[in-house]
Amino acid sequence: MKNRLKVLRAERDFTQADLAEKLDVSRQTVNAIETGKYDPSLPLAFKISRLFGLPIEEIFEDQG
Amino acid sequence: MNKTNKKSVKTLAIWTIAWVLSTALAAFGPVFVWESQTVLTGGAIGINFLVGIGMIFANIHHITSLDEMLQKIQLQAMGITLGATLVAGISYSLMDTTNLMAADAEISFLVIFMGLTYMAAVVIGYRRYK
Repeated sequence: MKNRLKVLRAERDFTQADLAEKLDVSRQTVNAIETGKYDPSLPLAFKISRLFGLPIEEIFEDQG
Repeated sequence: MNKTNKKSVKTLAIWTIAWVLSTALAAFGPVFVWESQTVLTGGAIGINFLVGIGMIFANIHHITSLDEMLQKIQLQAMGITLGATLVAGISYSLMDTTNLMAADAEISFLVIFMGLTYMAAVVIGYRRYK
């Protein structure tokens, strides 16, 4: 699944560590989501959506 | 790693060290310290068992303090370890019971195998998501 997390994070001047702290996950998890190696659960996706104030489909793109 | 994770890792490390020490006491105490006094040996084994239960709860607490991806890595590592230990353990036991190997099967070999498999699976898991 593709996502715009890295771009959104950069727009807000967040480091991976900053974002990890805001989402209450590890920095490794933020990195794995950004590189598309790990797809977050629905609750985490909603958390990301709330943090950036965008709907989920504007952050994540289903490639199926 | 956040504060909760650090604390849970520290707690798990303390329980694990305590369990290893209590295992050493139960194993070597009857031989080198109190020379086969049944009450002391039973007490040492009882302490080892109770500390082991504490270690299990510390491990559960540690796993639940991890985020969803790290929990997934741990779950996969546990699954691999369970399967590999079951298969290797049965083969190892069969080699003993069918006299394919000269020595008796020792549980310690299985514990070492389990530990190494788990460590390798966790390292591979972390690399996969790097």
